[in-house]
Amino acid sequence: MAGLHKSEFENPVINWIDTRLPVFTMMQKEYGVFPTPRNFNYFWNFGALALVNLIIMIVTGIFLAMNYQPNTMLAFGSVQHIMRDVNFGWLLRYVHQNGASMFFIVTYVHIFRGLYYGSYKSPRELLWIFGVVILLLMMATAFMGYVLPWGQMSYWGATVITNLFSAFPWIGPKIVTLLWGGFSVDQPTLNRFFSLHYLLPFVLVAVIFLHVAALHITGSNNPLGIDVKTPQDTLPFHPYYTIKDSVGICVYLIVFALLVFFAPNYLGDPNNFIPANPLVTPADIVPEWYFLPFYAILRSVPNKLLGVCMMFGSILVLFVLPWLDTSPVRSARFRPIYRWLFWLLLFSVIMLGVCGAHKPEGIWVVLSRLGTLYYFFHFLIVLPVLGKLEKPLPLPESISASVLGGRGGGPLPSGAVAKPMEKA
Amino acid sequence: MRSLRSLKRRVLGGGLLAALCALGPLTTAARAQETELPNERWSFQSALGTFDLAAAQRGFAVYAQVCSNCHSMEYLHFRDLAGIGLSPEQIKAVAATFTVPLGLDDQGQPKEGPGLPSSQFRSPFPNAKAAAAANNGAVPPDLSLIINAREGGPNYVYGVLTGYTNPPPGFALQEGLFYNKAFPGHQIHMPQPLQDGQVTFEGGAPNNISDEARDVVTFLAWAANPEMVERKQMGVRVVLFLIFMTGLTYAVKRKVWSDVH
Repeated sequence: MAGLHKSEFENPVINWIDTRLPVFTMMQKEYGVFPTPRNFNYFWNFGALALVNLIIMIVTGIFLAMNYQPNTMLAFGSVQHIMRDVNFGWLLRYVHQNGASMFFIVTYVHIFRGLYYGSYKSPRELLWIFGVVILLLMMATAFMGYVLPWGQMSYWGATVITNLFSAFPWIGPKIVTLLWGGFSVDQPTLNRFFSLHYLLPFVLVAVIFLHVAALHITGSNNPLGIDVKTPQDTLPFHPYYTIKDSVGICVYLIVFALLVFFAPNYLGDPNNFIPANPLVTPADIVPEWYFLPFYAILRSVPNKLLGVCMMFGSILVLFVLPWLDTSPVRSARFRPIYRWLFWLLLFSVIMLGVCGAHKPEGIWVVLSRLGTLYYFFHFLIVLPVLGKLEKPLPLPESISASVLGGRGGGPLPSGAVAKPMEKA
Repeated sequence: MRSLRSLKRRVLGGGLLAALCALGPLTTAARAQETELPNERWSFQSALGTFDLAAAQRGFAVYAQVCSNCHSMEYLHFRDLAGIGLSPEQIKAVAATFTVPLGLDDQGQPKEGPGLPSSQFRSPFPNAKAAAAANNGAVPPDLSLIINAREGGPNYVYGVLTGYTNPPPGFALQEGLFYNKAFPGHQIHMPQPLQDGQVTFEGGAPNNISDEARDVVTFLAWAANPEMVERKQMGVRVVLFLIFMTGLTYAVKRKVWSDVH
């Protein structure tokens, strides 16, 4: 359907462009007047925060790459050169390094927001699946980025994690050789990891575009988990949510700045200040904090192949989550039992993270097994069964009825009384 | 292959744990051997703390006279000493007291000469093998990042420097190693590097072993994080600005939303 777009913009330059390529009309439609549920709480900031974080990572990363040497003899020193000699190199590096942690913090909050409010349920299954793909890409990117400084933990982390693939029968060792580009983690590994670490963020951009495109078809979920019914249920995205997201971005930047300027190595490992040495294994090989829950799942199983499968399975199970959860009610506000089990899931994931940071001895093994057990029990048993057994609370008639109280008519849901939308 | 084994150890470790639990008392005994680090107050530790420059300069003297005989600091140049308050003239003079490699002469032979501000700190050994051969098999670690590279940071380095004592009765010390309270395993290759009064400071600053250790740790902490003061100062300005922006944005947000509630 070729043909010029009939633009309504008055500015002649914008009109001229918009007539030929209606990007301004699209932005106006998708981010200007885009009807958005009026009852978002601040947890709905975290998607925007993640996008801001990705942009920060790409920008700092591009400048770091101008000064970094992907060479096993030079990599560690080139990072020190960035830290000591490049103008504001320390700032770029610390922002990038801590930006990875911030990215996972906001993404994990974003994911658990989705779990609490049932954002993965019909019709948002595909949107959720894109999200899981984004998580996997983020993990791969972060892992390869951590290898680049070529410290002891970079090297040994890379060795241990790539070796996980060797657990698979037949093809396992071949995959490992392919990842390494040889028979141990070495120069070819560092080169390809650098190449992929530069590539994957742009793949991320593409998948995030699909994630957002799918979001703009289904529309956003909301804290009540009920569908938008009338225009009274929504507000235009701009200015209401542009300004609300801006508040979140400011607070997020404060946390980010406190990390970067006052505790830049707080989340790092002292071992990564020692240049990689293939002949000396560190006493403890610990991944970055954002991988610890998965690491704990891996180590909770005494069989390597099974442990690896459980670790990958803990993320793959999220792909089928929309079909595992049989409850038609989205928001945990109206699911009296699920609400508690959600907190139990969050607790067990955090506990797994703590277990992952400790040597697998004594109580930590027991706790990581309990955590792993509940993690899979929650997704594979609880969610399918609970949907059939649980009696949900009555849902409000509409978003506007719930938010505006009596004015919208209809009975007040208990959830809305217990937790009214914050008067922000 | 090492890594494979270590991974297997980890993964299998889970299975072996039930057995290990039975050996609980044994592991507690092993724990008791673990080190205790001193808990000193450092000028640079607090959120707004800066380096005690006088201490860092004395610490550089300790490094130059003692540590540098075995330990390199390959990421430092003499010009960097401006960061601990040395003037350009002082840096020139300090650099010139060191003999450093200066590339090749016209005959293609390696050339040495007095250092320039742009020279790297001189490494005491040509390579790791030579370093190990001269030190009973252990390579003295590079000190550029040592404060960041050890659990416990400044307290650990201070603890090792001041932690030499006689081994407790019954402790089997290997030939050629030294007992140290703070070093993991308590057996260290490095002989006690500092003694009371070993380095004489300009102006007669106290030079007991604990003073020397304090000063050199301050110097090493600067060497590992030369950007720290600039970073913290920038951090204060950035955070204050962001708090202001948050307040402003929140006020606008309330105004925008006032008509929907």
